[in-house]
Amino acid sequence: MDIKQDSKLRNFHQAKWDEEVIFELTNPGERGILVPGVGPGVEKAAGDGISSVPESMRREKPPVLPEISQMRVLKHFLRLSQQNLGADLNVDVGQGTCTMKYNPKINEVFASSGKAVDLHPDQDERTVQGALRIMYELDLFLREISGLDRFTLQPSSGSHAILAMASIVRKFHETRGEGDKRDEIITTIFSHPSDAAAAAVKGYKVVTIYYDRTGLPDIESLKKAVSGRTAALFITNPEDTGIFNPRIAEFTRTVHEAGGLCGYDQANANGILGVTRAKEAGFDMCFFNLHKTFGTPHGCGGPASGALGVSKALVDFLPVPIVEYDGKSYSLNWDLPHTIGKVRAFYGAFPAILKAYAWIMSLGAAGLKEVAHIAVLNNNYLLKKITEIPGATAPFAAGKRRIEQVRYSWEELTKETGVDTHQFSLRMADFGFHLWSSHHPFLVPQPFTIEPTESYSKEELDEYVDGLRHVAEEARLEPETVKSAPHRSVVHKIDESTFDDPAKWAITWRAYRKKHGNPAAEGGTK
Amino acid sequence: MDKKPFIHPYIPNSVPEVKKKMLEEIGVKDIEELYEDIPPELRLKRDLNLPEPLLSELELRRHVEAVLDQNISCGERPSFLGGGCARHYVPAICDEIAHRSEFLTAYAGEPYEDAGRFQALFEYESLMAELLDFDVVNVPTYDWGQAASTAARMAGRITGRGKLLVSDTMSPDRLAVVRNYCHPVMSLEPVGHHKDTGLLDLGDLKAKLTKDTAAVYFENPSYLGFIETQGEAISSAAHANGSLVIAGVDPISLGVLKPPGRYGADLACGDIQGLGNHMFYGGSLGGFIATRDEEKFVMEYPSRLFGIARTSVEGEWGFGDVAYSRTSFDKREKGKEFIGTAAALYGIAAAVYLSLMGPQGMRELGIHILQKARYAAMKLAKVPGIHLRFHSTPFKEFVVDFNHSGKSVGEVNEHLFEEGIFGGKDLSKEFPELAGCALYAVTEMTTQADIDRLAAVLKSYLG
Repeated sequence: MDIKQDSKLRNFHQAKWDEEVIFELTNPGERGILVPGVGPGVEKAAGDGISSVPESMRREKPPVLPEISQMRVLKHFLRLSQQNLGADLNVDVGQGTCTMKYNPKINEVFASSGKAVDLHPDQDERTVQGALRIMYELDLFLREISGLDRFTLQPSSGSHAILAMASIVRKFHETRGEGDKRDEIITTIFSHPSDAAAAAVKGYKVVTIYYDRTGLPDIESLKKAVSGRTAALFITNPEDTGIFNPRIAEFTRTVHEAGGLCGYDQANANGILGVTRAKEAGFDMCFFNLHKTFGTPHGCGGPASGALGVSKALVDFLPVPIVEYDGKSYSLNWDLPHTIGKVRAFYGAFPAILKAYAWIMSLGAAGLKEVAHIAVLNNNYLLKKITEIPGATAPFAAGKRRIEQVRYSWEELTKETGVDTHQFSLRMADFGFHLWSSHHPFLVPQPFTIEPTESYSKEELDEYVDGLRHVAEEARLEPETVKSAPHRSVVHKIDESTFDDPAKWAITWRAYRKKHGNPAAEGGTK
Repeated sequence: MDKKPFIHPYIPNSVPEVKKKMLEEIGVKDIEELYEDIPPELRLKRDLNLPEPLLSELELRRHVEAVLDQNISCGERPSFLGGGCARHYVPAICDEIAHRSEFLTAYAGEPYEDAGRFQALFEYESLMAELLDFDVVNVPTYDWGQAASTAARMAGRITGRGKLLVSDTMSPDRLAVVRNYCHPVMSLEPVGHHKDTGLLDLGDLKAKLTKDTAAVYFENPSYLGFIETQGEAISSAAHANGSLVIAGVDPISLGVLKPPGRYGADLACGDIQGLGNHMFYGGSLGGFIATRDEEKFVMEYPSRLFGIARTSVEGEWGFGDVAYSRTSFDKREKGKEFIGTAAALYGIAAAVYLSLMGPQGMRELGIHILQKARYAAMKLAKVPGIHLRFHSTPFKEFVVDFNHSGKSVGEVNEHLFEEGIFGGKDLSKEFPELAGCALYAVTEMTTQADIDRLAAVLKSYLG
């Protein structure tokens, strides 16, 4: 279907290089980079090195890595990068819950400094005062933003922070002699899957609260669920529906009265910075995703940081070390009496910590609040525009405002046209857009989730809406175009039949060759 | 700032006219109305107390660079620090690719418009698989500690057993991660080592293997640097007991050292920091878990596993998630452990690194490190008062014993600090029996001149 004249939609075409798998580029003898020699002095004194290794421990056959000259390696990965749609290039509002905001380039300059990249974690503290100061001050900022009393920057994603929360919950109850008795963690179905899954890793039975007819977690179900077995509540707010749970303080009170702790999943905090905080809602713990709310890049899925804050009563349980400041210098404190130990090596994903620090320093209190305000403005603007598209609805809480994202539904469109949400999202790729559905299970039928953040202009939001409208109309007029998409993206319909078949799946190139033969023999890539 | 409109370069729709138009469209007068669901008692009724913002990029740059300038890096002074994070050379192309906007700012698109990251991470898995000589490798997790933790839990589920035996020379930092992750579902028990070589005590291992032992975990090269030569014996003993074997390995050693499957390991894990990733204050780690292509192993991974497939166009490659139904994304708490964001970009950098290095590069680098470490160990052993703690072959790290020098490691390191050298890591706290000892690391970044100077400074200080 042609793009309408008044549409802001682009006649996009993604780069498609038809690039080989790297192993197909090998030319025996080519070199990508050379390794320096050790010099005659070392050679003379230390010998050839390899003779010192007991024969039984020497590698017999060299690894079958490809042999490729330098420019070709560069070209290969540059081409793969062009076959990838980063947030810097698209109107990245279609990966709802991911908070795909602008990641300022100046922060990448900081993160390329030799004063950051060449630091070893065991350096004398006198030589890392800058790094420790950044960690300490970021802790102070996050304390103020959440109202809690101390942060650890060790957890390296939101899920990892949930694991750390579950570890603290267990240790807390163990120190009170209730470790085995309190064996349940309560969460809600619209909270991230890891709120349930990471709790289970720590041996907890997971109790899941469903939503009531307003789309909010059902308080009556919670009241029935709490008991002497309740270890904690892990809950997101606003949940993925974007609806703020106004009774959140009642939730925490209910769990506290039963003797449990409360952990706030603040992965969706972008719309509430400076507006409402974990402390006032009654939480003992909360975490922020620095790679979402605080502007650090997602890196195709990490590095990331799930900075975890706790109330005073739980500081002694944090993973070690935490950073202290005595007014003169910064130091690492390894001495917390009830520490859970560690959740990762050293101190955390420092690149993310550094970039989040710079992001907050650039915005300040007024800027953070403006981030929240504009994110919410953008979201409610899109809510209005998207629900005007025939076939699109925003289930639950009709007429309610949403905070920073909305889970929409194509159910009506699917019933009318047969085009489902997955097919729809693949057609959106033809216009240079991502469109994500939802975590599982799909509680909203034919779901899609939009989170505009503060980063995109009104024109860009309109462009995205035009994309949705175009594909929805196309679903009616020429559904096959949508169902057979993508047409202008990188690859065509992938044969997914092998991915769940142990006899055919191939997680590595060597496995592919073992199971499916040498592709060169079947005529190579092209 | 309260008086005039606040328009930050990161926030386009702050422009009053735009804001007004959008509010009109929504049908509200003020953004505050959009927060009507948040009860007043939960509203923060004051401004956040944060430092004044550095609104211009120039001011921000001055400030952050001044803070970073308070650091002195290993690029400015010779360093002999290792122990799970080491300064290896990062080829320029690794940085070039890791900084590409298309990868840096992407997240979770479909294997169509995000085909590039799927392919790059499939290639990462495949290149690591060649190095490790295993057929399955995951998309990277947080770090080695997480990889070891998950390998242990996988072994627990595969065997239906609840105990992990760990070599007591393993990194204490990593042990703390594994201990927390396994508690209370699995328990850990240490296995001793020989005092003169550091090698695992096979007698102690055999005595501790029981019908509840899910797996035996050891590191090779060990945290203390020496090459563990008894891999086969450890594996035979474990397998005879129906237990699995998990080897933690330094991938940069595998151009010259035997890959773990070849001495019987069922699972291998470790960190990719050294493969094209800077140290970043210990912040740029990434964990790998490798194993055989057997359903009962693959189905226990919590990680993303990207597979290769064909598409509807002949000759075209496509990629996607293998056995997605394992994951917590699909099954919440009924999935295997949990999955989320971890360290994908470091995996892409590692893929670039291994593609550049090739088989020859990895072998030459391995030999280079072996020679340099051996040279450094020999050189230090000649300094009066210094002994090498273990009589076994080091790869890139070795334990230096200062007990006969009359100085503590703290005193030695203070002197080295004054001389502009980062001395080895003090092991006194981590291993009581190694009081007075330090872990020294040498890589291709360490020059002969660095080593000679270290030896000379120590000689004049201790002599």
